[in-house]
Formats: sequence, C-alpha cells, structure tokens
Amino acid sequence: MRESGWRIGFQIFNYAFLGLIAISCVLPIIHVLALSLSSNAAASAGVVRLWPVGFNTMSYEYVLEQAAFIKSIVITLQRVAIGVSINILLTVLLAYPLSKEAHKFKSRTVYAWIFVFTMLFGGGLIPTYMVVRTTGLLDSIWALVLPGAVPVFSAILLLNFFRGLPKELEEAAFIDGAGHFVTLFRIYLPLSVPAIATILLLSSVGHWNSWFDGLIYMNSPERYPLQSYLQTIVIQKSFSGITDLNTEALKHISDRTVKAAQIFLGALPVLLLYPFLQKYFMQGIVMGSVKE
Amino acid sequence: MSKKLANWPLHLMILPSLVLVLLFNYGPMAGIVIAFQKFIPAKGITGSEWIGWGNFKYVMSLPDTYKVLQNTVYIALMKIVTGLVFPLTIALLLNEIARKFVKRSIQTLIYLPHFLSWTILGGVLVDILSPSVGIVNEIVKMLGFEPIYFLGNNNWFPYVLVATNAWKEVGFSTILYLAALTSVNPALYEAAVVDGANRLRQTWHVSLPGMRPIIILLATLSLASVLNAGFDQVFVLYNPQVYASGDIIDTFVYRMGLISAQFGPATAIGLFNSIVSFILIAVAYYMAYRFAKYRIF
Repeated sequence: MRESGWRIGFQIFNYAFLGLIAISCVLPIIHVLALSLSSNAAASAGVVRLWPVGFNTMSYEYVLEQAAFIKSIVITLQRVAIGVSINILLTVLLAYPLSKEAHKFKSRTVYAWIFVFTMLFGGGLIPTYMVVRTTGLLDSIWALVLPGAVPVFSAILLLNFFRGLPKELEEAAFIDGAGHFVTLFRIYLPLSVPAIATILLLSSVGHWNSWFDGLIYMNSPERYPLQSYLQTIVIQKSFSGITDLNTEALKHISDRTVKAAQIFLGALPVLLLYPFLQKYFMQGIVMGSVKE
Repeated sequence: MSKKLANWPLHLMILPSLVLVLLFNYGPMAGIVIAFQKFIPAKGITGSEWIGWGNFKYVMSLPDTYKVLQNTVYIALMKIVTGLVFPLTIALLLNEIARKFVKRSIQTLIYLPHFLSWTILGGVLVDILSPSVGIVNEIVKMLGFEPIYFLGNNNWFPYVLVATNAWKEVGFSTILYLAALTSVNPALYEAAVVDGANRLRQTWHVSLPGMRPIIILLATLSLASVLNAGFDQVFVLYNPQVYASGDIIDTFVYRMGLISAQFGPATAIGLFNSIVSFILIAVAYYMAYRFAKYRIF
C-alpha cells in the first residue's frame, strides 16, 4: 500500500517534470511567434505571452518587402540546392569504394585514413580563411559550398549501411557483366533510400542553418545567406532596418516585432521539415552511434 | 594485371572528394606555417619573415590568453557534465512513462531545439532574457526579484551558456540512452521483482548497469571537447561586457585574426588548440575502443 502511494506520487511528479521540460523546448518559439503577430504597443508593454495581443501581420508584410531579406533567402536556397547535391553525390561516391574490403581494394586503408584524419585535425580558422581567399572563392556561393563539400561523417554512415547489404547482390551484378558504377547506381542506391534520406535531411538542415561561413567569406552584406543576415540583424543589436515608416505603421510594428518575425521565418522551414527529420534522425543517430 | 585494372572505377569515384579534401582540409594544414611567421598578407607565405616561436611568446605574454583558456576549460567541462547527467536522468524518467503516446510526444518536443541554428535560438534567447522586456524577467519580477541581465552579467553568463546548451542538446543524447535502455533484457527486471526490488532498486541494479557501455562511450568521447566550449553559441550570445567570463579560445582567435588582422598570433593559438584537441580526440577514441569496443567504422 505504502509502495503504491509512493508510486502514484512519483508518477505525478514525473509527468509534470517531463511535461515542463518538453514545454520549455517549444514555448520560447511560440512566444516569439506571438510577439511577431502583436502590436508594437502590446510588445513594448510586455503583455504578450503565448498569444498575440493586438493581432496584425504588418511585421511580416514589412519583412517580406525588404529586398535584402528576400535576397538572402534566394542565396540560401541556391546554397542548399547546390550544396546538398554536391554533398549527396560525394557521399555516395566516397562511401562505395570505402565500403569495399581491404583485400579487394588495396588502397582503401590509405584513402580511409586520409579522410578520417580531416575529422580529427584541422588547420584552424585563419589558415582555412587564407585558402578560401587564395582560391578566389571569397564573395561567391562556392565559398559556402566547397570547403564543406566532402561530408566524411555521412560517408561513414552510408558505408556502414552498404556493408549491411548482402554480398551476393554485388557478386550477381558482376557476373552479369556490371562494373562498379553500374552496381553502385543501379543496385546499391535503390536499396539505400532510407540512409540517403537521412543524409539528405542532415545536409539540408546543415546548409540552411550555417551562418558563420557567410559572415566571414562574404565581404558585402548583400551577399549574406539568410542566417548570416539574421545574425547581423537579430544578434548584433543593429536596427532591423526600420527607417521610413509613417506613424500609422509604427503603431503596429517595432524593431522588436520585426526581429521576432525574422527569427520565426528563419526557423520556419526547419519547423515544417521537423516531423520527417526526427523520424529519420532517430534511425540515423542510432545507426551511427550504437553499432557493433 | 586485370584485377588491378578492375579497381580503376573505385579510384575514379574517390578522386573528386580527394581533390577537395586536399585543397580545403590539407591546404589549411600547410597554412599553419603562418604561426611561425610575421605574416603579412600582401607578401604571402613565401615572402613573410620567419620568426620562430615569436608569435607563441607574444600570445603567452598576453594576460587575456590565460583568462580565455580558463573560461574555455571551465565552460566546456560544465557542458560535458551536464551533457552526460541531464539526458541520462531524462531518459530514466521517460522510461517510467508507460503511455507510448506521451513518451513519444515528450521525446519529439525535447528534440526540437537541436535542429535550430544558434542564430535562431540566439535571437529567441536575447529577446526572452532581456532585462527590460524579456518574458523570463517578467517572471523574475513577478516572483519579487530584481530583473537579471543574464547576457550582460559576468556572474550569470557562463551558467546561461551551460543551461541553454543543455536545453538545446538534451534530446540528442536522450535518444541514445533510450535506445540502450530498450536493449536491456526484460528477464533481468522480472528477476529483480522476484527478489523484491522496487522501481528505484531496479533502476539502480538493472537499468544503470545495462546502460554502462553507452555511458562509458559517451563519457570517453566527450573528453575530446575539453577545449571546445562551443563557438557558435558563445559568438551569438556574448558581447564586450561579458568577455571576462565568456570569451573562449575560438572567439578569441576570431577577434584577433579576422577582426584585428593579427594573423600570426591568432594562428598560433589556433594551432595550440588543434594539437591539444587532436591528442584529446585520439585518447578519447582509443579509450572508447578499449572500454566500449567503439570504432568509427
């Protein structure tokens, strides 16, 4: 009896505690969303909690009319499209040879060490910047795409996946006269859709979320991708660019509501992708970490 | 002969990656020589004057260096400890929830911040932690305290870093611990019940020992990040007011190198960081292999 009383008490505490933690992970974002949809007066009076006060969408209208904001989104979308394509192609092309056994592909061990070593040791910020500058990539989208083009970690995930496929598939393909390229693209790839999807999402989110490389490799703010642009506006406490507004508009929007709208728009694609992300990620993480 | 030739497609597949890695990963490693030069960009590496350990001596003479090193290790260690203990606790508590739907919902929610960039979360945190309008300080005021300037006060700043990092990343490791928990043999729990163990004793004598491999693995691997206190997070949250408590090696290198253009000294600190980190990673991987049979691939 005493035991079950403890148990019920614990369960109540447990639900409440975990519930609170879980809610704390989303409430800040809901709060910022509510702010972005509130009036200037309500936002500065500090009465906005989780629901907009003085509902209006003028902050969003204002943000979406900003040429610089739209331009940064376009740059980010280009970056994601180019960057992810290259990442996936190189992951696949790298994972296949490295998944071969060392006695069949003698150079494998040497190659593997060359790539793994880049995960362990790097030249550091300044020398990397120097290389990007020397190669003439500054101010171009390639500076955001090429230095991280080879995702060694993803290749390791995929090569482990390839190794789990039955050896007989490859042997049968070779007997039918297929070479390595045909075997990879016709046989391995169609079987690897879940693994590729995981890597695709990982790479997309990575490119969408990157901001530091944009900040250092782009000399002019007009070339900033979205997150770098947000970094300068939202974090560096500069004004969100509100300049020529009539008093009517200022009733509805302020620096704070505009920043909130920009933050929310910057998070939106990830929030929308999230249901897919987390399904694949659970597999991906467990696949990458807990293995024999 | 023919067998050798048959492998040419494999070399060809690796070629593009190899070229890119040689250029963008090994190229910068060669650039480390800047650390031993009085580097002037206009003269380049070949034209700049060699000064041996000069940059290192200069860096050692700066009082900031020790402060920065101390901050880095202090913040990183606190992050490592919270990053191990907090998710483990959450996983054990989650495991006590019998309803699948509730369990999954909580898991989904705590995993969300992991996917948002520090830019986005930084924007959110700067707003909600603001002393004048932030909602956190609204609550602090409601409870009858003075508002706290979380991001501008050296007493608070390191703990804000640690807490918000734990908040962002808790879901990630929780999943690993949960995966380990599901693989614990149910017969062991039954045996424990027969022996009269309550839930707490079951947790202590069955769950925790069952998770020991993954705990050891994560603990040894986390050793590698002793000099990595999290550039992205610190960079978006700090400001000159909290340099004393929040400036870390990576932000210091950034300011010294790319803002003040002291390329030589900045590269010297970066090199120190890379070498110590490399040794830590090597040791961590070796220990992970020894104690948990972990291999990268």
